[in-house]
Amino acid sequence: MIAAYLVLLIPFIGIVFFAIAGHKTDMGKFNIWLNAVCLLATVWLAVNVLNIGTILSPNKAFLIDPFNVYLIVLTAFVGFTTSIFSSPYMAHEKELGKLTDNRLKLYYSMYQGFMLAMYLVLTTNNMGIMWVAMEGATLATVLLVSLYRTPESIEAAWKYFILCGVGIAQALFGTILLYYAAVQIGDGENALLWSVLYENAAHLNPEILQIAFVFLLIGYGTKIGLVPLHNWLPDAHSEGPTPMSAVLSGLLLNDALYAVVRNKMLVDGASHNNMAGYLMMGFGLLSFLVGALFLHRQKDIKRLFSYSSIEHMGMMTFAFGIGGPMATFAALLHMTVHSLTKSAIFVTVGHASQVAGSQSMGKIRGLIKTQPKVGWGLLIGTIAIAGFPPFGVFTSEFLVLLATMHGYPWLAPLLLLGIGIAFAGLFRHIQPMVYGDKPEGQLPVKANLWPVIIHLGLVLWLGLAIPSFLAHWFSQATLLISGSTPL
Amino acid sequence: MNIEQTDFYTQAILSMAALVGLTSFLMLGQGRLLRLIFVFALQGLLLTLTTALAAYSLDNPHLYISAALTLVLKVLFVPWMLRREVLLMNMHRDVQALANKTTVMLGGASLMVFSYYVLHPIVQTTSPVMLNALAVSLSVVLLGMLLMISHRQAVAHVVGFMSIENGLFFAAIVATKGMPMVVELGVAFDVLVAAVLFGIFFLHIRTSIDSLDVDLLNRLNEVDK
Repeated sequence: MIAAYLVLLIPFIGIVFFAIAGHKTDMGKFNIWLNAVCLLATVWLAVNVLNIGTILSPNKAFLIDPFNVYLIVLTAFVGFTTSIFSSPYMAHEKELGKLTDNRLKLYYSMYQGFMLAMYLVLTTNNMGIMWVAMEGATLATVLLVSLYRTPESIEAAWKYFILCGVGIAQALFGTILLYYAAVQIGDGENALLWSVLYENAAHLNPEILQIAFVFLLIGYGTKIGLVPLHNWLPDAHSEGPTPMSAVLSGLLLNDALYAVVRNKMLVDGASHNNMAGYLMMGFGLLSFLVGALFLHRQKDIKRLFSYSSIEHMGMMTFAFGIGGPMATFAALLHMTVHSLTKSAIFVTVGHASQVAGSQSMGKIRGLIKTQPKVGWGLLIGTIAIAGFPPFGVFTSEFLVLLATMHGYPWLAPLLLLGIGIAFAGLFRHIQPMVYGDKPEGQLPVKANLWPVIIHLGLVLWLGLAIPSFLAHWFSQATLLISGSTPL
Repeated sequence: MNIEQTDFYTQAILSMAALVGLTSFLMLGQGRLLRLIFVFALQGLLLTLTTALAAYSLDNPHLYISAALTLVLKVLFVPWMLRREVLLMNMHRDVQALANKTTVMLGGASLMVFSYYVLHPIVQTTSPVMLNALAVSLSVVLLGMLLMISHRQAVAHVVGFMSIENGLFFAAIVATKGMPMVVELGVAFDVLVAAVLFGIFFLHIRTSIDSLDVDLLNRLNEVDK
């Protein structure tokens, strides 16, 4: 349990420290160290869970089970590698004069603030605190979206704030309804604890829970970026600093989906008509198709990949909605590989736009000739995210497809069509950017591509063979969510 | 069940629900910003009274803390901040003509009916009073959204946003006698941070587009220009 407290304490120290000293040189390096220590703590936590199973803290405030522990490690890992990327990136932005000392303080402090909110969402046992932390994540990142203070970035941040704020308020209404159902059968103070709710799920009033789930899905769904609540996502991703886009896409969306799935487990326990599942399937499929179609008409490289995030989050929501062991396993795997791939892509996108001096895809040309590492990173990342074998995204998408054919065969053509459209949408933009001659005077930038290499290496590994401890872990989580194991 | 047969607390809650719902409608039709902020403060005051009443009748001291938080945040701090902003931007004299006011008000009324419709299934498990209270809370939430859609000023958006929170608090107090203390404190903290962030945002929007009209925030979209 000490490990869990440590995971929460380290980012908290980071917030305070960077708020005072975040503008000094070498703070980027210190940020890396802080995230590295946090990653070690989460690995320690994961080993504990692997050995002794679910941990509930003595005061019942925190719950670590196989489902959230792997997301905690993933969060820490992506947070760590993104901080490696962020260090030279922010230094470069400061050299260009885009940032002042105060904004750098804000950036590093809120980077840690965001990490803290994410860890809190994952570790807490209280559905109310989960909401508070989710809103906290919005509040921490909203000023980072407007970090450059351009009119566009302020507009994006305002949209992000208002849409996510209003959206997440619906989730609070859902949580209140959940609590209302819970107090009818239990004591007040403990009624919102997930462990208590889950034990008594069968006795909760199914009608109230179904209404609650609609609100919870809309609320947290805004954060997942489900269509038609997705408008904030491309704006916030494209206007903020690129390391922020990487963690938003890689972590925030996952954790919002995590919150929805936790609630779905309760609703499924209370009622036996798969209403929650159908809702998730519907919204998921819609987001998947709309995201894929919108890929075609993008002009800004970061907007392109944020639509790709919408598409993939849609697929995961769809897969969790199908339920059943195979689809759940696939969704968990897809969450992992998507996080890793997408944050790697945003790292290369960040460097690519620094090379070209613009985020507009019309101006980014000849990357492989200018800086081969960045060009190949972007190309391989795109191949991975489009779902080519042998990368992990292929495996998970294939499993989703199999589960769909098994349960809802008439939906499989739609999925295949969407994957095809998305593939075309990505490649028509990427090809001219990476191949071809470089424009005059385009020079390489100082870049650290280790995060990309590590992430894509891991995705490749997951595609070729899932290591046994990870498979065990996924099976445990699948068992928890869907009631049986896939293997 | 007849309304005279219920106890004093229940009757009081029902009237409070009606008044809170009424303030939402008043805000919806309000074109002047200062008056909008005043009505919003009034709604906060009603919420404070409801909380204090619940604390007193249910003998639940932690609700007093919640009432005090509401008083400080929703009745004093946020309205003060918004008022200052309006006076600073010299917007208190403009009357903002609301396009199609009638439609908006009718829309508001239908949202209220819709709230009752949505929450009707729970009437089997609970008293009709609870249904009323929850339905009014939900309609305050929805009316807050409608307010944000129909008004074009950033200040009105903040009022709508905070009014949504009011609706949620009302539901929490009436239906569940307050959330657990730790959650309530967390939510209050979030509201406070959100209010401060709104203040910062006003400054940024003002310096970047020299106005608080959100219609001018229209650079990012998927439409080809």
